[in-house]
Amino acid sequence: MNEITVRVGGQAGDGIASLGESAARGFSRMGLHVFGLNAYQSVIRGGHVWYQARASDARVYSQGDHADILYALDRATVDIHAADLRSGGTVIFDPEKFTLAGTQLPAGITALELPTLAIARKYTSQSILQNASGLGALAYLAGIPLDVLHPVLRDSFGRKADDVVEWNIGASTDGYQYAAQHAQPSSHVLPRGTEPKLLMHGNAALALGAAAAGCKFLAQYPMTPASTIMHWMAAHSQSLGVVVKQAEDELAAIHMAIGASFAGVRSMTATSGGGFCLMVEALGMAGMTETPVVVVNSQRAGPSTGLPTKTEQGDLNLMLGAGQGEFPRAILAPSNPTEAYQAIVDAFRLAEDWQTPILVASDLHLSENHMTVDRAGIDLNVPVPSLFSVPSNGHDYKRYAYTESGVSPRAIPGQPGLQFKAGSDEHDERGHLISDVHSGIPLWVTERQRMMDKRMHKLQGLVKAVPPPVFEGPTDAPLTFVAWGSTVGAVRDAMVVLSEQGRPTNLLRFPTVYPLDADAVRAAFARTHRTLLVEANYSGQFGRLLRAETGVTLTERLLKYDGEPFFPHEIVARARELN
Amino acid sequence: MADSSTQPLPAELGTPLPLIGKSDTKPTWCPGCGDFGVIAAIEMAVKRLKIPSHNLVIISGIGCSSNLPHFLSSYGFHGIHGRVLPVAEGIRWANHGLTVIGTGGDGDGFGIGAGHFVHAMRRNVDLTYVTMDNQIYGLTTGQASPTSTLGQKTKSTPNGVIENPIDPIALALASGATYVARGFSGDVKHLADLVANGVQHHGFAFVDVFSPCVTYNKINTFDFFRQRVYKLESAGHNPTDLVAAWQRALEWGDKIPIGLFYRTDKPTYEDLEEVLAAGPLALQPAGLHGKDQLLDEFI
Repeated sequence: MNEITVRVGGQAGDGIASLGESAARGFSRMGLHVFGLNAYQSVIRGGHVWYQARASDARVYSQGDHADILYALDRATVDIHAADLRSGGTVIFDPEKFTLAGTQLPAGITALELPTLAIARKYTSQSILQNASGLGALAYLAGIPLDVLHPVLRDSFGRKADDVVEWNIGASTDGYQYAAQHAQPSSHVLPRGTEPKLLMHGNAALALGAAAAGCKFLAQYPMTPASTIMHWMAAHSQSLGVVVKQAEDELAAIHMAIGASFAGVRSMTATSGGGFCLMVEALGMAGMTETPVVVVNSQRAGPSTGLPTKTEQGDLNLMLGAGQGEFPRAILAPSNPTEAYQAIVDAFRLAEDWQTPILVASDLHLSENHMTVDRAGIDLNVPVPSLFSVPSNGHDYKRYAYTESGVSPRAIPGQPGLQFKAGSDEHDERGHLISDVHSGIPLWVTERQRMMDKRMHKLQGLVKAVPPPVFEGPTDAPLTFVAWGSTVGAVRDAMVVLSEQGRPTNLLRFPTVYPLDADAVRAAFARTHRTLLVEANYSGQFGRLLRAETGVTLTERLLKYDGEPFFPHEIVARARELN
Repeated sequence: MADSSTQPLPAELGTPLPLIGKSDTKPTWCPGCGDFGVIAAIEMAVKRLKIPSHNLVIISGIGCSSNLPHFLSSYGFHGIHGRVLPVAEGIRWANHGLTVIGTGGDGDGFGIGAGHFVHAMRRNVDLTYVTMDNQIYGLTTGQASPTSTLGQKTKSTPNGVIENPIDPIALALASGATYVARGFSGDVKHLADLVANGVQHHGFAFVDVFSPCVTYNKINTFDFFRQRVYKLESAGHNPTDLVAAWQRALEWGDKIPIGLFYRTDKPTYEDLEEVLAAGPLALQPAGLHGKDQLLDEFI
C-alpha cells in the first residue's frame, strides 16, 4: 500500500477546511482512496484548525499517522504539526507572514518559502487568495496535476463572480509553478487511478441514504456535529421533495417527526447527545404508539456540553436506556460513509417493518470527515413501498391487534373507516386507554401484560432483521479486535500495518450494537483467541453491553476519551503488546 | 381553512362519508367538568363543517382535558405532556389535506409546552388549537397552573400563588397568531361558532376556553365566569383592529371578554413551504429512483 498525506493548518476563518477539502477532492478525482480529517475548534475566528487529506492506491479508513506535506498558514501550525511529517516531507509557508527563526525542522524535512501573499496581490487586495497559491504549490508537491486541480477550484468557486474563479485559477497556477522551480515533488506521489471516486462526509451519506429510503420529512435543531445532515437535506429539499424543518428545539424536532410519520410520511430527526437527551421522552412515545421514526445521534465528547467539536462514542448507554419503561428499539452503528448510507436505509426499513424507533449512532469522526465512496457502493434505487398497506373501510379494524410478530396493521389518517387513537397511555388492541378507569381491574391487568408482551415481542424479530456482526481479516488470527462505529476505521488501518509487520489480526465489528443475537455473538467469539476491545469512551460501554447480553467478557480494552479519533499507530502499539 | 375536499385517499363512490360522532369510549371527566362543553362544541363545529371523521385528526397532550380525542370518532393522537403542537404540526405538514385540531389544558399548553405554543403561532401553521383552561392542574390533584390567579391557594401554593398568571390571549397576539379567540364552556353554542370559524380560518387559530374544574378550582367556577363574561361581538369590537384586540386582551376583573379578539389573513407555513405545493407530502412520490445524477455532486 502506497500513500501520501497533506496537511494544512491555520486559524479558524483562514479557509482551512475549504483548502483541505480541495486537496482531498483532487486526490479523489485522481481515482485514489482518500480520508479527509477536518480538525477544528468551537470558535468561528482564531484558534487553531487543520485539515488532513490522506490518499492511497489501496483503501484507507482513517486519517493515518503521518503527513508528507504541511502547508502552514501560521507559525503555530509548524510548531504543532512538523513533528508528524515523514522523512522527505516539506513545509510550505510564506516568509512574509512569519519566519521559522528558532524552529528546528525535524531531520529530513525541508521548507518551501512560497510568496503566497505576493502572488495574491497580483490579482486582488483580498489576502484570502493566498490560499490558492499555497494550494497550487501543495498540489505540485503532492502530485495533483493542474488539470485535476483547476476543475476542483472551478466547481468550488463556481457560484462566485467570474473574476474570483479566474484569480483562484491564476494564483494556484503561480503557486504550482513556483514550487516546480524551487522544490521536488514528494517521493510518495501516486499515479492516477481509474475512475474518479465520490468524496463525502458521513452526514451527507446519512442524508442521501435517508432520501433514498423514502424520507420526506426531516425536523432538526442545529447542533454540532449533526447539523450538516440538515444542511444537505435543506439544500436538496425542493429538488427531492423533502420537507426540512428547523424546529424550535429538539423536543419539537422529534415530535414533529413522529407526527409526520403517524400521518404517513417516512420521517427522521438528527442531533447530538445534548439534543438526544431532550428527545428521550418522545422515543418512548414512539415506542408506545408504535410509530416508526429514525433518530440519528451524532455523538461528540461529553458529558454536558463537553467538547463540541471533538469525537467520542460515549452515548451508547444513553441510547440504550433512553426512555422510561421498556420498548423495542435498535441501534445501528455504521463506521464510514458507505456504511452510513446503507445503515440509514436499513434504519428506515426496520422502523417501518417493526413500527418502533430506530437509532443510528454516528459520531463527529464519521459525521464530519470525508471519505471516498465507490459509486457502485451507493444504490439509489431503494424500494420504497407505500405506507397505505391496510385497505380502507376494513371491518373491525384494530390498530394494535395482537399478532405473531407483535407488529399490527398500521392505518394512516385520512383512510376512511379505520379511525383509531394512538395513545401514549397503555391501551388495548383498539387503542382504548386502559390507563385510567380500567387500570388495576383484573381483566385489564392481564390486557396490560399482553400489550407489553406484544410490543416487546417485536425485539425477537428485530434481532434477526438487523445487520449481524461481521468478521473481517484472516480467520484464526491470534488477536481479534472488537469495535463498533467509526472506531472500526482506525482498526482496519492498524490491521494493515500489523499484517505488513507479520502479525495477522482480524476484526469482529458490530454494525448493530443493539439488539444482539446472543447465540450468534457467542458463536462468533468461539472462533477468536485473544481479543482487544477498542472504543472511544471512558468505561468501555459496548464491552459492558456485550457482557450483559451475551456473557462474553472482553478483558483487554483500548479506550480513548481525549476527544481525538483513534490513530492507527495507537492500536498497533497496543496490539503488539498483546500479540 | 384545511381543505377537507383534498382527500388523501379516494372515498368509495356512493358511500356517504361518516361525519364525526361520539366514539365508543365515554368521557372520564368528573360530573359537571367544563370539558364536556368543549367536546360538545368541537363535535358541533366539525359536524357543521361536514368534515368527514376520517379526515380529522385530534391531537392532545396529557392532563384531564387531553383525554378528549378518545371520545370522538376521528383519528386521534394522545401524546405526551406539552407536545401537542409539534405533533400536530408534523401531521399537518405530512398531509395538509387533513383537518388538524390540537387540544389540551393550560398546564400542557402554557407551562411545559409554552415554547411550542409561541413558535406554532409565529409559523401560522393552519391548525386549530383549543385549550381547556381551568387555571389549575386537575389530573395531578390540584396544583397551581400557569394561569392560576395571583394569591390562589393550591396544594403546591398553600400560601397563595406568587407568580403573575400568563395571559394566553395576549401571548397569542404577541406571537403572531392570526385567529385569537376565547370561549366559555358554559356557552357551548357560542364556543362552537368560535371553533368552527377557527377551523375554517386559513392559518393558526387559537381558542382559549374557560373550562372550569369543578373539583380543584373553587375560585374560577362556572358562576364566576357567568357573572363576568361578555361577548366581544355584542360590544362593538372590531376583530381586525390589533390595537383594540390588545386593549380587550388586557381586560380582567368584573368584566371579562369572550369571543373573537383578532383575525387577520396571512400566508400559512404550508403556503410558503414550496415542497407542499405538489400536494400532501404523504401522497407525493418518495425515494431516489433514477436520480443517479445526484451522485455527481460528490465527485
